[in-house]
Amino acid sequence: MADSFVITPTHYMLLSAALFIIGVIGVMVRRNIIIIFMSIELILNAVNINLVAYSAQLQNAVGQVFAIFVIAVAAAEAAVGLGIILAFYRNKETINIDEMNLMRW
Amino acid sequence: MGTAIAFYFISACILGFAVLVISTKDTVHSVLFLVLDFLFVAALYVLLGAQFLAAIQILVYAGGIVVLYLFVVMLVNLKRPPEAHSDPHRKTKLGLGLAAAVLAELALLAVRSSDMPVRPIVEAAAVPVSGNTEVVGWMLYTSYLIPFEIASMLLLVAMIGAIVLAKREL
Repeated sequence: MADSFVITPTHYMLLSAALFIIGVIGVMVRRNIIIIFMSIELILNAVNINLVAYSAQLQNAVGQVFAIFVIAVAAAEAAVGLGIILAFYRNKETINIDEMNLMRW
Repeated sequence: MGTAIAFYFISACILGFAVLVISTKDTVHSVLFLVLDFLFVAALYVLLGAQFLAAIQILVYAGGIVVLYLFVVMLVNLKRPPEAHSDPHRKTKLGLGLAAAVLAELALLAVRSSDMPVRPIVEAAAVPVSGNTEVVGWMLYTSYLIPFEIASMLLLVAMIGAIVLAKREL
């Protein structure tokens, strides 16, 4: 019984997998592109949780260094992505991804 | 015992707020739930001994990226909400089913692999282990100096790209 109170990396992996899947569901189900971008942030956070959990487990700070890189890339992605959303909204007056078919052949 | 309670509480908050982020109708509420989600992820980092990363998470995510999202939500004036009309070709049920299948698969993998012992990396023994700023900063400026510089370059490029994209006319 006392064993169930020990938090192993498996617990963190399960949490991370659940958060990842919630993000994937958000990307697949929602039509609002801003919500889809937020789902991508959730997915990146799930990856970071895994990295930091194994950084703590393996007693090695490399996981935290990579988590910092993930955060930097997420910031760049958010800036450029939101710029694209604004430019698109200015031209088409919509943020529904079903209406974003300018490049569809 | 205390760690377990903290972990389960923080996990429940993270997952609950994540579900609220993707299910709320109002986009502004969604962004605010995202802030709460990021704050609880930062709490989880503190629980794991990564205090520096928790501070970065709060500064960059909860302070920077979310404000960017809020600005865009305010600038994009939604008279017509995107989910107003439903697309008959969209198979939401199928998507949810597939996502549940993937989650079950990942969970099975995680539980199965937990039997294997996790070996600590040998050469890491030289580094005094803690989640503090000193260790992370030392690694960033020695072993990972070039990736660090490339990340700064990437941020510069992203900044210029965002300015170019957001300009009304070039």
